[in-house]
Amino acid sequence: MKSRRIFTSVVGMVALALTATGCGAGGGAAADFPQKRIDYVLPFDAGGESDITARLQQEKLGEILGQTVNVSYKPGGGGALGWSELTRTAPDGYTVMGSNLPHIILQPMLRGDAGYTTEDLKQVYIFQSTPNVLLVPADSDIQTLDDFIAEAEENPGAISVGGSGDFTANHIGTLMLSDMAGIELTYTPFSGTGTAVPALLGGHVDALMSYTPQISQLGDQVRAIAVATEERMSSFPDVPTFAEQGYELADGAYRGVSVPEETPDEIVQTLADAFQEVNEDPELIKAFEEQGFVLENYGPAEAAALTEERTAVYEDLLTRLGMVP
Amino acid sequence: MFEALGQGLLANLAPSMLLLVLIGTFAGMALGAMPGLSATMGVALLVPFTFAMDPTPGLVLLGAFYMGAIYGGSFTAILVNAPGTPSSIATALDGYPLTRQGRSEYAIVGATMGSFVGGIIGVVALIFLAPPLASFSLRFGPQEYFWVAMFGLTIIASLASGSLLKGLIGGLIGLLIATIGIAPVGGDVRFTFGDPMLQGGVPLVPALIGLFTVPEVIRLIALRTRDAQMVDDSQKKASLFGMVKDILGRPVNLLRSSLIGTAVGILPGAGGSVANLVAYNEAKRASKHPETFGKGEIDGVIASESANNGTVGGGFIPTLTLGVPGTPPDAIILGVLLLHGLRPGAELFETSGSLVYTFILALAVSAVMMVPVGLIAGRGLQRGVMALPVRYLAPSITVLSIIGAYAIRSSVFDVFIMLALGIVAYLLQRVGIGGAAIVLGLVLGSIAETGLVQGILTSSGADMPWSTFFTRPISLILIAMCLISAVWPMVQKRRARRNLTEAAPAVAADRAEND
Repeated sequence: MKSRRIFTSVVGMVALALTATGCGAGGGAAADFPQKRIDYVLPFDAGGESDITARLQQEKLGEILGQTVNVSYKPGGGGALGWSELTRTAPDGYTVMGSNLPHIILQPMLRGDAGYTTEDLKQVYIFQSTPNVLLVPADSDIQTLDDFIAEAEENPGAISVGGSGDFTANHIGTLMLSDMAGIELTYTPFSGTGTAVPALLGGHVDALMSYTPQISQLGDQVRAIAVATEERMSSFPDVPTFAEQGYELADGAYRGVSVPEETPDEIVQTLADAFQEVNEDPELIKAFEEQGFVLENYGPAEAAALTEERTAVYEDLLTRLGMVP
Repeated sequence: MFEALGQGLLANLAPSMLLLVLIGTFAGMALGAMPGLSATMGVALLVPFTFAMDPTPGLVLLGAFYMGAIYGGSFTAILVNAPGTPSSIATALDGYPLTRQGRSEYAIVGATMGSFVGGIIGVVALIFLAPPLASFSLRFGPQEYFWVAMFGLTIIASLASGSLLKGLIGGLIGLLIATIGIAPVGGDVRFTFGDPMLQGGVPLVPALIGLFTVPEVIRLIALRTRDAQMVDDSQKKASLFGMVKDILGRPVNLLRSSLIGTAVGILPGAGGSVANLVAYNEAKRASKHPETFGKGEIDGVIASESANNGTVGGGFIPTLTLGVPGTPPDAIILGVLLLHGLRPGAELFETSGSLVYTFILALAVSAVMMVPVGLIAGRGLQRGVMALPVRYLAPSITVLSIIGAYAIRSSVFDVFIMLALGIVAYLLQRVGIGGAAIVLGLVLGSIAETGLVQGILTSSGADMPWSTFFTRPISLILIAMCLISAVWPMVQKRRARRNLTEAAPAVAADRAEND
């Protein structure tokens, strides 16, 4: 143990010097939180949507909390590696980790041992969402959702739908659509949206269940045939919803931050207030909109309620599909 | 287009812009030279600073930094056998043997000139050929990625021309390590032995450091004498001018490797880690004396470094024209473009032509600046490392390795993975199984697996999904390339044996020991 401690401290010193990394431990009473630097850890690779969001929030969070906020990465296992590590981190609020729905629901549900359970994570705030959208290449014969479903009925299992990873919102969205329409689709997971998009543009998959920022990012190379929101999105008024085409599908990925479950409520609230304040910043709102993100404001209690509600929906579907081990 | 290009050129000649590119290139080089600090991470760290800047200088700084970081990775690969990123794996294969022969300066000059040419050629392709190349890259589907990975694996045959069996054993070990963690397609948990930390698999950078660097540190420590120097430094030094001239006197290798780098860089999901290996293999195949590769052949260093800097320009082709990042650092720069409201696509070149061309030309300026900066700073670093006796050098490399393994995701667990793999690699090396084959299996295993499973899934409409791997035109070309690449080393060997009936067995035995 001793050697490990020396080791950790050497490494810690270096990490500090590099400002590339961080290790948080200890901490004061909840009342005067925060007393030192806060580590904002992302369980994904640099460069993704979570990263861009965190970089936008970083400075403002620091101003509000009066401490530096340091962004670092702990990717692996579709986020599971980071989240399982978070359950073993000191519950002092100095380590907050990006957490996504439905990942933190689906991984423990379907993976057997994901290294954490959904309840191990205390969600501090959910600040944005990216709804699912069904995209086909611009030169595809499929014009509407009805065309898509008709084609799937004709050739069961032959339509391949790409998406970002397993147990993600894209994945569950594809499953929900097949379930509601009574069709058979073949879902092909790619390692992130970045590799899924060229597969669609090159015609290697027939359609893509992706996130709304891609609508503007890909422009006229693709056709968005349905978006999974309750009402049409203000940024994409021409894209119809699933609901208006007869399928009550409103789902997507929600991004927020979590801390270990035992973290004191006051600390959680302080952090939640800070994230809320960041979400009110006009510059950030503008940047979110430009990216095609939807601004969300779920505090700790609302986030827990949302998680509970989505868990019930997913569990019902996946049990019927026989996917829950 | 030429008007915008001209504006871009003028913008780049402004002193403030030149200074910015210089700073970016130098900072990138410094970061790239640290094992474990990848170009991706460095670019991500830099992003918040650029928020305070105007879009153009911000992007220029990021681009120059990226270019420098890819080049900087060659220093540690050459000097201490630590390829800091997967882009520099092949650089270490010949760069470090050169160092051991006391010719590290030559290797650094080779890497610098190679990076310079690769960087320029990538940028030229980006300026003039972006739209056609981008649409061609889209024809690469899962099946093609599978064959690209297979093609990469055939390099084992050429790496292990001493003993093919040992090479294959190494490759298989690498492929097995690559299966640890969550399956890339399907999400099943494999071989984690109940440890959640292994869900992410064996991380590549700690594995690289473990497999390449740690065995060398053990070897250094095992040197008997107290004042041992790492290398025999008594060789007569060539002049800098002579070295530069010598490197530039290999235009075919420079050009071929740069083009390979540019082409592979266009493929999202393959990028620099595959490009440098493929270019190395091709340089070896084309060489008149392939037996010198792996033992300190400057052509190997040139090939690898030209290719990985070629990927910089190549990777931006799909990034800027399609909005599909070609490499991980491109993904970050794409994010920054979007934050400034700049949407990739053909219209980006029209509506924001001056900004785009300023950025692209800054990459070229950065490649040019690498030459003086690299020849001064790189050789300075090289002299410093060479002057250190082993009793300081070995612990320094160890500390750097530990930082590198830790920093990639702030994880002590990764340090243990690095050390464990390092000890295993040292032992395997004693029986003739080299680290390079293991790394190939590790890097390419998941690309091959992903391509295979995705290919079967996406073609589930076909009668026999398997058959699509053998019917698509680009797949057929890749299959032919695989066959040629797998058989060529044997042909080459037979030819060498016929020419030198006496010398050939001696060479083979010698290789087996060095592998």
